[in-house]
Amino acid sequence: MTAATDGAGAASPPAPGSALLEARHLVQEFELRNFGGGRGGVVHAVSDVSLEVRSGETLGLVGETGSGKTTLARTILQAPRPRSGQVIFRGVDLVGLRGRELLEARRHLQMVFQDPFGSLDPKWRVSEIVEEPLVAYGVGRRSERRRRVAELLDLVGLDPRRFGDRRPRELSGGQCQRVAIARALALSPALIVCDEAVSSLDVLIQAQVLNLFEQLRRELGLSYLFIAHDLALVKQVSDRVAVMYLGKLCEVGPAESIYREPLHPYTVALLASIPSPDPEVRRPRVADTIRGEPPSPTDPPSGCRFRTRCPRARERCALEEPPLRRLRPDHLVACHFPVSESGDREPVAAATAPDRPPEGSTPTP
Amino acid sequence: MSAEPPALTVTGRSPAAAPAAHRRPSPPGVPLLEVSDLHVRFRRDGGQVLAVNGLSYTVSAGTTLAIIGESGSGKTVSARAVMGLLPATATVSGSIRFEGQELVGLPEEELRRRRGSDVAMIFQDPSRSLNPTMRVGAQVTEAIRAHLPLGRREARERAVELLRMVRLPSPERRYFQYPHQLSGGMRQRVMIAIALACYPKLLIADEPTTALDVTTEAQIMELLLELQQQLSMGLILISHDLGLAASHADEVIVMYTGRAVERAATRTLFARVRMPYTRALLDAVPRLERPPHSLLPVVEGQPPDLSRLPAGCPFAPRCPRADDLCRQAPQFEEHEPGHWWACWHPHGEGEEP
Repeated sequence: MTAATDGAGAASPPAPGSALLEARHLVQEFELRNFGGGRGGVVHAVSDVSLEVRSGETLGLVGETGSGKTTLARTILQAPRPRSGQVIFRGVDLVGLRGRELLEARRHLQMVFQDPFGSLDPKWRVSEIVEEPLVAYGVGRRSERRRRVAELLDLVGLDPRRFGDRRPRELSGGQCQRVAIARALALSPALIVCDEAVSSLDVLIQAQVLNLFEQLRRELGLSYLFIAHDLALVKQVSDRVAVMYLGKLCEVGPAESIYREPLHPYTVALLASIPSPDPEVRRPRVADTIRGEPPSPTDPPSGCRFRTRCPRARERCALEEPPLRRLRPDHLVACHFPVSESGDREPVAAATAPDRPPEGSTPTP
Repeated sequence: MSAEPPALTVTGRSPAAAPAAHRRPSPPGVPLLEVSDLHVRFRRDGGQVLAVNGLSYTVSAGTTLAIIGESGSGKTVSARAVMGLLPATATVSGSIRFEGQELVGLPEEELRRRRGSDVAMIFQDPSRSLNPTMRVGAQVTEAIRAHLPLGRREARERAVELLRMVRLPSPERRYFQYPHQLSGGMRQRVMIAIALACYPKLLIADEPTTALDVTTEAQIMELLLELQQQLSMGLILISHDLGLAASHADEVIVMYTGRAVERAATRTLFARVRMPYTRALLDAVPRLERPPHSLLPVVEGQPPDLSRLPAGCPFAPRCPRADDLCRQAPQFEEHEPGHWWACWHPHGEGEEP
């Protein structure tokens, strides 16, 4: 993940395929406080994560609760700023920017959140919600903004005459999410960060909104950083997929390659966990691919962070942190013993491993 | 209870040996649960919300029935009706027979006796179903003592045994912890332990894994099904996820606007989907087999307002196959052996997509 686009001016959009957004060695940590204000440890939410979103592509980011995927997204948007690292967006490092400069740089970087009701002000009308970014950035005159709002609502499939005057509580979850998307599109962004943007929607509505994202991508040439816990959903929308576990990247690569031949044991476990809508498809028991509970991010395991739950873990995994290395074209993995390196999908005999997982990670098959 | 966890010594009885010692024997030849023509209406703003409109199904001991539907399809309301857990604004009619005994109209006292001992329920969000101010062990013990004549010490031993049965890691230590000290998956394990406290004959699991991560979801489902076999319980699995039903249920009912629209054994249903709504649900799920950036086949629109249900087939306004005939409501009938559906224009054998 080092293909930097040094010298790309802030104004000129990068060529397709080059890095639009690049996170370099991002670190985000939160200090915990005990009762009374004493120090209660540090949550290592994002630990040295580097990734890029290329112009015109969708990068899927997959991980479970506590993997740091949402924190990573918010850190990229500088809310809050990272402990260390850089976020290069269209050639400008956002970390160094302040005030008006940051506001200007972030104009082309928008976000859509998970909870469609929680992210809209219940007292505002739909047209006001969508107009707000235009007002905040002083775009156009009032009549021009009105026209733009109608255009945006049309674009996301809401009739402006029917929905413009409604308030969020008069809308369904799917309609609210469309309003949030219209708001994100108002300033013609280059990149939209979607944080579990369809997770709370019913299946049929979810499909409608996913198709909307896809149509917008084709029509407007948008790039997405698409965060979700559902791998099948992420595959549906992504060109490349990054898998995150406990604040670290496990694997990054082309979507097809990751799903066909996952390299990291955690990716294998995630894939084995998806219930298939075909009763004839038998998948391996999840207990064989992952065990126990995720460790606390305040005290991540030494070496590889996944080793306490990994069926392939050996002594080396506790001693040495596996670096993210390239095993196939454009496909990186952070694992000492990747799964299909030698063609095997079977776990290395865990029973004979010299290093047993430490206490507290009792297997719960 | 002291702040320092006292050491708990538990006699090592195998959990499988204990079940059902107190269970009343089931009458032979009667299905465990038989719901027929169930209607649930809610009064609201002077109008009525028709939440469940003529639902019928049976569950036998040791089998799993999945009830699938979107928000507002009536799947949860119908389950709560079985539990007798609906608010006073609800009107329930029809029949719910548990081992042959009618539950509709039963006095609250009698319902309370059955709830938790014969029939138990686990809910979607384990963090909201547990009392945050009580240690988890005490919550399991409470459930045991509410129904069984056990002393404090015996109940506690049994609680630890239950926590071990649901594979909570180090149950003797966890017994004294509060819900916030457990992960989401562990909290759901505690909820299952509470539901199983009296080894119920029927367990209703309402979206038991929706709030959990995928790997945890798979672990919890494996646990639930194992316990179901071990205790030969009837299990009703309520979910929006057809994939979950496909991999875990024996029989599936698909609900839309408070009524069943298709019902069959899991294999039959997924091999030969008849109802266009079921087809739409299946097609709309992102699947690993699909290439990136492909558009999903969708049906437009939204489910109708339950206080103003259209005449005729409720899915007709969104259905690609609808025509004039659909203005009359199709009957939910057994069109093929073991396969019920309500549709005038079902998908046929020769034209499977």
